[in-house]
Amino acid sequence: MSNKATLPRWIDIGLLPLINLVFAIGISAAVVLIIGESPVEVASIMIYGALGYEEGIGYTFYYATNFMFTGLAVAVAFHAGLFNIGGEGQAYLGGLGAALVCLNFPNLHWAIIIPMAIIATAIFGALWAFIPAYLRAKRGSHEVITTIMFNLIAGSLMSYLLINVLSPEGTNQPLTDRYTPNSNIPKMHDMLSWFGIEFDSSPLNMSFFLALLCAVGVYFLIWRTRFGYAVRTQGFSPTAATYAGISSAKVIILTMCISGALAGMLAVNESVGVAERLIIEFAGGFGFVGIAVALMGRNHPVGIVLASILFGILYQGGADLAFEISTISKEMIVLIQGLIILFMGALEYMFKPVLLNLYHTLSYTKSSKLAGETK
Amino acid sequence: MADQVDFAIELKNISKSFGAVQANKNIHLKVEKGTIHGIVGENGAGKSTLMSILYGFYKADEGEIFVDGKLTQIHSSKEAIAAGIGMVHQHFMLIENFTILENVILGAEGGAMLAKGESHARKELARLQEDYGLTVDPDAIIEDVSVGQQQRVEILKALYRGAEILILDEPTGVLTPNEVDQLFEILLQLKEQGTTIIMITHKLREIMHITDNVSVMRRGAIIADRVTKNTSAQELAELMVGRSVLLEVDKKPAEPKEKLLEIKGLEYVDSLGVKRIKGIDLHVRAGEILGVAGVSGNGQTLMLEIIAGITKASKGEMLIKGKPVNIVKGTDAADIRDLDVAHVPEDRHDMGLVLQFEEWENSILGYHNDENYSNGQFFKQGLIRQEARDMMEKFDIRPRNERLKTANFSGGNQQKIVIAREISSNPDILLVGQPTRGVDIGAIEYIHKQIIAMRDAGVAVLLVSVELDEILSLSDRTIVMFDGYISGERVTSETNDGDLGLLMAGIDQNENKSEQVEGAQ
Repeated sequence: MSNKATLPRWIDIGLLPLINLVFAIGISAAVVLIIGESPVEVASIMIYGALGYEEGIGYTFYYATNFMFTGLAVAVAFHAGLFNIGGEGQAYLGGLGAALVCLNFPNLHWAIIIPMAIIATAIFGALWAFIPAYLRAKRGSHEVITTIMFNLIAGSLMSYLLINVLSPEGTNQPLTDRYTPNSNIPKMHDMLSWFGIEFDSSPLNMSFFLALLCAVGVYFLIWRTRFGYAVRTQGFSPTAATYAGISSAKVIILTMCISGALAGMLAVNESVGVAERLIIEFAGGFGFVGIAVALMGRNHPVGIVLASILFGILYQGGADLAFEISTISKEMIVLIQGLIILFMGALEYMFKPVLLNLYHTLSYTKSSKLAGETK
Repeated sequence: MADQVDFAIELKNISKSFGAVQANKNIHLKVEKGTIHGIVGENGAGKSTLMSILYGFYKADEGEIFVDGKLTQIHSSKEAIAAGIGMVHQHFMLIENFTILENVILGAEGGAMLAKGESHARKELARLQEDYGLTVDPDAIIEDVSVGQQQRVEILKALYRGAEILILDEPTGVLTPNEVDQLFEILLQLKEQGTTIIMITHKLREIMHITDNVSVMRRGAIIADRVTKNTSAQELAELMVGRSVLLEVDKKPAEPKEKLLEIKGLEYVDSLGVKRIKGIDLHVRAGEILGVAGVSGNGQTLMLEIIAGITKASKGEMLIKGKPVNIVKGTDAADIRDLDVAHVPEDRHDMGLVLQFEEWENSILGYHNDENYSNGQFFKQGLIRQEARDMMEKFDIRPRNERLKTANFSGGNQQKIVIAREISSNPDILLVGQPTRGVDIGAIEYIHKQIIAMRDAGVAVLLVSVELDEILSLSDRTIVMFDGYISGERVTSETNDGDLGLLMAGIDQNENKSEQVEGAQ
């Protein structure tokens, strides 16, 4: 009976997102037409901007790195049935962790200070997620509300710290001193040049590989470990989890902390890797976009890596577009991004009933034809 | 027909299916005007479906509804109300933080501004109070008043909308004995004023006490109509349960040994403050099956969940293999499982299985922390899948594909997945709830054999089932639960379905005693 409601995997995770993407692009094209520009030209500028030249590619993957961290964070929580909207605040606090390490141990060897900074971002992100997690597990306070609130608290806390405590004497800018070169994460173009490959300079750095490593780690954690099993049981059916003797409080708290740690690691790319200092509001909305990335990637690491790259293309291509065509403002690009999020995330299932009908009608006529032929 | 009898409701040939399940088949029902008509039947007999059709929630596949002799189309509750039919649901449909007055006019405000409707309703409520003794404080907030009062509000809501036919779905389920008496007084007064009442229940005592006519439903059909004063609880119990042939189970006499499971003074009070389990003592010995009979919702499910460590008891002691286990706090399902207690839960969809999992993943649910199954944190997937395949082979679970999503197995095979898992854990104590609910005949036989085999291997089996046949053919001793206590205990070979049926309705030779107990609370 439930057979009727299911579609083959290739339709569910391949065709359906593709149709949604096509519709999002279609409507975006219509909007571009309305303001009197050519959709083809706009599309080609965007694609060229994101993938057509070395610096553009670098930027695209640098953005994608951010989205991978925050997308994975949302996905991990989602598997336990939790909605972590606090990626923004957790990332922000992750930056504080890195700053404390990098500013206090400026002379340590890079092989020690960089791992320490990475671990610090994860721990601080996890701690910032711990409080909402504890409240959810022990008091039943909904994590959506508390994590949103913790974003605001993180914002205020960091503003205070950056202005009053961390900013160097004699300046009134809300940022810290630049970290010493010991903590600089190697840039991609530098690394490629070690092998004699010339690549234009861009912010893309080794954090990209850390993000990929996290994606692999999340896969193994969720699908291959006892803990991941408990997480998925809790997420699918809390009653079955109780039956199996799984402590929901433990699962909720641990999962949220892992989620927070992943979000915190955004700071590895953005703060340690690129800015090389802690700057106010460096998390810049990447935490929120992570929700859309996770939705689009169906909470699976592979999907999230692909969705992150798509969002990287939109970000970088959009930036070039605003630069090239004056009538297309930054708001216009946000609109296109919004449409894609809307179709891929919120309206995920809009075309599912249609496809479902179509698929079953087709497979029915096919099977009855086959039956007819054999007679 | 000698007398011209007016029928408030007449259903002709009503049928309704949900997929392959026929919930109602060819129902003919006549309800005389100004009477109280009872509809009895076990859970799943189709009572609620029938009433939902009458109230416009479901559309019948076939059949006609006559209200006051007129053919009436009822496609929504709005049309039902227009036809003069009101319904009081088992679970109240009230807004907790509204006042009683606001709840009564909800959906019948009579205009954009509330003042006019409210003053009209206030007058109307005063009249209804006078006519029927339905006293309520219109300005009280729903969440502050008792359950009995909330039910009155539901009745008032129906009457305010001009209901002349009132359907009550299991109205006494949540009421205290005192509140039940008050409800019955109100119903009798309503009847006197000409209201027709249809009452759905599985409590035979109430049927005998208050109804004029009664219809018995079993497996989607009405199998008997009786005038209440010409029938007996005994007869109704037999009709309700059905005298179908016992499934022959090949069974040696039990050889009970030491007590493996013992419960003393178990009590459970739910979040509304209703006492759902009122003091239960029982024990199960190695090598015997203790059957727990009873109409569902009389505390058996809760009891099983408490023993399994899923729900915390309010009071009471439990001994497993002679060792005390704290069931009031600090014990979870994993702790109980570690004491070699296996549990086949009543609800396989929600509890016994995770339907989104592949079959092999469910084959270790609850046993996933077993050290044989993992290296540190990482599962030995090959080993687990091999064991799952072996279990599928041994217990004939089809299709034999451990990678298939559990939701795509049939009900019987899903149940076999649970039973295979629990039996394979080699328990000393086996808790089984509704082992054959929604399972086809072939699988039933197989599951029964497995349970008997466990008993013969020296396992203490506690079997909860609403199927009397199952209890009679499997258990060695039987206790019957009614209203949260044990209404009787029998040696299974010395009892029959009629006797147990009466116990299920709380009727026993020691009935007076139990009523005193209730009265004392």
